[in-house]
Amino acid sequence: MNFKLHVWRQKNAAAKGRMEQYEARDINADMSFLEMLDVVNEDLVEKGIDPIHFDHDCREGICGACSLVINGLPHGGMTGTTCEVRMRLFKDGSTIYVEPFRAKAFPVIKDLTVDRTSIDRVMQAGGFVSTHTGAAIDANAILVPKDKAEEAMDAAACIGCGACVAACKNASGMLFVAAKVSQLALLPQGQAERERRVNKMVAMMDIEGFGNCTNYYECEAVCPKDISVKFIAKMNREYMRALVK
Amino acid sequence: MKLDSKVPSGPLEQKWQKHQFEMKLVNPANKRKYSAIVVGTGLAGASAAASLAELGYEVKAFCFQDSSRRAHSIGAQGGINAAKNYQNDGDSVYRLFYDTIKGGDFRSREANTYRLAEVSNNIIDQCAAQGVPFAREYGGTLANRSFGGAQVSRTFYARGQTGQQLLLGAYSALMRQVGLGKVTMYPRTEMQDVVLIDGHAKGIVVRNMVTGEISSHAADAVVLATGGYGRVFYLSTMGLGCNVTAAYRAYKKGALFANPCFTQIHPTCIPHTGDYQCKLTLMSESLRNDGRIWVPKTKDEQRAPGQIPENERDYYLERKYPSFGNLAPRDISSRSAKEACDEGRGVGPSRYGVYLDFSDAINRLGKDVIEERYGNLFEMYELINDENPYEVPMRIYPASHYTMGGLWVDYNLMSNIPGLHVIGEANFSDHGANRLGASALMQGLADGYFVLPYTIGDYFAREGAKNISTERPEFREAEEAVAMRIKKLLDVGGKQTPDSFHKRLGLIMWEKAGMARNEKDLKEALQEIPALREEFWNDVNVLGSADEMNMNVERAARVADFLEFAEIFCLDALDREESCGAHFREEHQTDEGEAVRNDKKYAYVAAWEHKGVGQKPELHKEDLQFESVQLATRSYK
Ligand SMILES: Cc1cc2nc3c(=O)[nH]c(=O)nc-3n(C[C@H](O)[C@H](O)[C@H](O)COP(=O)(O)OP(=O)(O)OC[C@H]3O[C@@H](n4cnc5c(N)ncnc54)[C@H](O)[C@@H]3O)c2cc1C
Ligand code: SF4
Ligand code: FES
Repeated sequence: MNFKLHVWRQKNAAAKGRMEQYEARDINADMSFLEMLDVVNEDLVEKGIDPIHFDHDCREGICGACSLVINGLPHGGMTGTTCEVRMRLFKDGSTIYVEPFRAKAFPVIKDLTVDRTSIDRVMQAGGFVSTHTGAAIDANAILVPKDKAEEAMDAAACIGCGACVAACKNASGMLFVAAKVSQLALLPQGQAERERRVNKMVAMMDIEGFGNCTNYYECEAVCPKDISVKFIAKMNREYMRALVK
Repeated sequence: MKLDSKVPSGPLEQKWQKHQFEMKLVNPANKRKYSAIVVGTGLAGASAAASLAELGYEVKAFCFQDSSRRAHSIGAQGGINAAKNYQNDGDSVYRLFYDTIKGGDFRSREANTYRLAEVSNNIIDQCAAQGVPFAREYGGTLANRSFGGAQVSRTFYARGQTGQQLLLGAYSALMRQVGLGKVTMYPRTEMQDVVLIDGHAKGIVVRNMVTGEISSHAADAVVLATGGYGRVFYLSTMGLGCNVTAAYRAYKKGALFANPCFTQIHPTCIPHTGDYQCKLTLMSESLRNDGRIWVPKTKDEQRAPGQIPENERDYYLERKYPSFGNLAPRDISSRSAKEACDEGRGVGPSRYGVYLDFSDAINRLGKDVIEERYGNLFEMYELINDENPYEVPMRIYPASHYTMGGLWVDYNLMSNIPGLHVIGEANFSDHGANRLGASALMQGLADGYFVLPYTIGDYFAREGAKNISTERPEFREAEEAVAMRIKKLLDVGGKQTPDSFHKRLGLIMWEKAGMARNEKDLKEALQEIPALREEFWNDVNVLGSADEMNMNVERAARVADFLEFAEIFCLDALDREESCGAHFREEHQTDEGEAVRNDKKYAYVAAWEHKGVGQKPELHKEDLQFESVQLATRSYK
């Protein structure tokens, strides 16, 4: 297969970026999108051109590092993450546009690499249970009904990739914050800090420059882990509950 | 050099308790005067950094990813072991200990392995308290599954994402401490060297991967939690950033590297399909519970699997190991697959694959049951291979997966360099020559939550707080050496990419030091590696500059370390004239192809000391003493 790529190149955070054109030739249909970029990069290096920088590590859809906007959609709008997207899903000979995740809270570092430490700072504000090592009681002393445990796991599946933010017109971080708030609100372990957690995480989201949620639900459509927007509704209830307390 | 394991005296069951009592404590009011550097924030590093900060120490933590939540630990699927005996099936601390030491083919230290089993239960309690969403029964208690051929059901899990959930638990504890100001986190920062002051590890030199800036950090102790070196084979199931750099640079500063040849090859990975691949995908071992493994009886079979009649198939594991069958341990399953393919009976385009067939299970249990058990995995397989495993048997092949070897540590998890502690996959300590499934997560968290926080306190209390400044000449010199090395890489100005060298090294290692080893191959590898290294330094093409984000520099620097490290790996494999665990020397097998261990001569840990690049490292032996277990022959017949 052959493709024409239009790729965002930007030397560093301060530089102005622009789209550059590259050819991807003799691409095997079984390759993943990132393997295709690897091939292009090897070729660029041989020609003495700086390879396209992008984040990645696990290459199997779990670490949340890969973060490309492909043809206008985070992770290409397909099932799974960018590293899981296969080239057989594209039409041979087509043109593909590749850009970084764009959001105020995710400044570009270089090319397709963005800074997502804002996600960590929102977690630092309250995305945890305050328990220290050694303080735990026997695990079976805390009973968690199976359906609650399953629902908490649905929420906990978030990989913190930020695609939800990149897809949102408001660059809101609601979906991933809602996922963490809901996971811990569903479990007995999370009860003691329930109100404090949602207040602090929401406040930090504002400070970090994530936008408000106005229910476009683009986030759910691109989320590689199928995190449901029902968790946003749940978080809104948590937030209201915290306000009245 | 005399290696002192510092294993406490007394009965096995009481050693850790006794040691905990005998260790010195740091007065609570003085804890903030001590600082620790933790390099790596996977399960081991994140749990250690959080726990040390909770105790009151000042902590700096480093990782090369953009967030500590993305460490390679995130990829673990199957589960984590603990001796809870919640299933009432006869499990105990002693049984978990025994299984682990036997699984490691009696090449690990008894006292360490026992302690691991002993603290395993605390880990589950700790993770549950953090809100890790473990699988539950209807009554609300924790669920278990059996894993990796264990005869008891002791594996805890969170769907197929156990590593992710445990790491996010440790990460949340770490983030809490960062928020409280007790940990300073440095993501996108790569450790380049350890700095010794008066023989003690008191700091590190790092490179900021965004700006390229080289800087120093000082502390009272350094903890390496930098993971395994499985990518020495280039293709592996590990995250692409996994490397040997941190451990190897410490080795060059005098830390001993133990048992580098003990590496695990996992039997159930998706086969290699093309040269463009840089990573192989693991398919969970649990598939072997219902899938049957086979290859055609005849060579160069051209028919599709469905066209091959029953009597022309060789279910080789069931044939060779009737009692364990498809659940035979990882090393045995892997080697058998390689043998079948080497005989020309492999399947798939590359002919390096074997079938994992679910048709019998589907007939017996129904498609729904199989879908419920393995639905996600089947989907993942189809996404990658464009074949539907409900209809066509999966194809699998072994791949590099885990490294039992690592930096040598004593019972306190301290290397032979005082102050330098090594935890998680980066150390050598608990798994001997082979690791059992679901035991790596356990070890990482045992080290980080429940062992290191005690033992490092003992070191602090004995040494006192030193408050060392990075202005000292030792730091300047180390920074200059790091900068010089990067400059040297950039200056080569050759033609070949760093990755192309990594691929070629991987091929040598896979062919000559992979699943089965022999003297002739290893000696050839020992000729080829230095030659490749020389070619690298003459012809590598590293673009760009040192003072920017530069993936060329990052990769080249890691490949350069692998090119040196691979040599001690092969030397170790050559030295160990026995077959044990995952280390199979073809010269040492029975007529039936079973491994022959040599306890008389090789019941030792091989710890190698650096003597200069290209020079033979010096071998130091730690003799393994077995006070409680009888050395038995591992038989899975
Ligand atoms: C696909 C797969 C599945 C697995 N499944 C299981 C399972 O089901 N059960 C089980 O028990 N085990 C499993 N394992 C093994 C287990 O996941 C690992 O052994 C374990 O997670 C290692 O944890 P760690 O904390 O030691 O290292 P890692 O998680 O590898 O973390 C290493 C850390 O070090 C950092 N680092 C490395 N070098 C540097 C440097 N130079 N400078 C700065 N930072 C550095 C990295 O950024 C990272 O934070 C699996 C492994 C794989 C590959
Ligand atoms: S909610 Fe989905 S899209 Fe958003 S960070 Fe989590 S996994 Fe990514
Ligand atoms: S590289 Fe890890 S999710 Fe894509």
